Amino acid sequence: MKAAVVIFPGSNCDRDVIHALEAVSCIPTQAVWHKETSLPQDTGLVVLPGGFSYGDYLRCGAMAARSPIVPAVREHASRGGLVLGICNGFQVLTETGLLPGALLANISLEFICSNCLLKVERTDTPFTSAFKKGQIVQFPIAHHEGLFFLPENELEELEANGQVVFRYASADGSAGQQYSPNGALNGIAGIVNKGGNVLGLMPHPERASERILGSSDGLGIWNSIKEWLEGRSK
Amino acid sequence: MKFRAHVLVSLKEGVLDTQGKAVRVSLKNMGYGSVEEVRIGKSIMISLEATSRPKAEKQVEAMCDDLLVNPLIETRSVTLEAI
Repeated sequence: MKAAVVIFPGSNCDRDVIHALEAVSCIPTQAVWHKETSLPQDTGLVVLPGGFSYGDYLRCGAMAARSPIVPAVREHASRGGLVLGICNGFQVLTETGLLPGALLANISLEFICSNCLLKVERTDTPFTSAFKKGQIVQFPIAHHEGLFFLPENELEELEANGQVVFRYASADGSAGQQYSPNGALNGIAGIVNKGGNVLGLMPHPERASERILGSSDGLGIWNSIKEWLEGRSK
Repeated sequence: MKFRAHVLVSLKEGVLDTQGKAVRVSLKNMGYGSVEEVRIGKSIMISLEATSRPKAEKQVEAMCDDLLVNPLIETRSVTLEAI
């Protein structure tokens, strides 16, 4: 099965994601323009890449979430297909309702571009099976709206369901709100839907997929996905 | 008939408004000690055609639900005038 990377006007991480999938991880990958209304045949993974879709106008990801391709992505997700939203892609997923929550402006009101440490909270998802539970990984973040927000009762439900997959952490393995570079509630950096087949995260694994980039921890995501896709192709 | 709708979008109570907080601090630093809270929202003006006022209202409400407002974090108020 192949990967499809959706390109919106203003996406700017699409080529990095395609490189990480295709050149680094040998997953056949096709770019899909947002005006398409169907996904390529045999798509197992849809990636919504980072960037500034529609200039971040109105709310980050709001317009992209109403693009012509989105019903096909929704349908793909409802059939159990994988959907990965990175940074702006995560914002798009919350705007579509495929993932709960909203990403608000960073608590510092600054655009933050830095490496950060994350704790892998779950390894039983198609995106994280190649990691060890509790593993600390380093992915960079680059965003202005990354403060994960949910009203208190819904946040409790999200935690109770075990939907938090990545949490901002320290090198010694502690994780939580105090390690959020952006003020994200409970230190939440990435979540899955209840089915576990839709993942959204603010940090960029595609920018941490080769040693020359300073970290190759992102390979864990691509390797997990590859194994899942190959398992499905059999 | 032509109408002009004014949609005022505000962050819900309890949703952190970092922009509003920063502006509050600036105002206080400038000597406006009476300021207790600042909340920043969005103002959206829409000109539209509709055959009646209720139809115009209905259209604007639908636009709010479909795109303009995220009900998880925002509330809205709509005013409509014939032009």
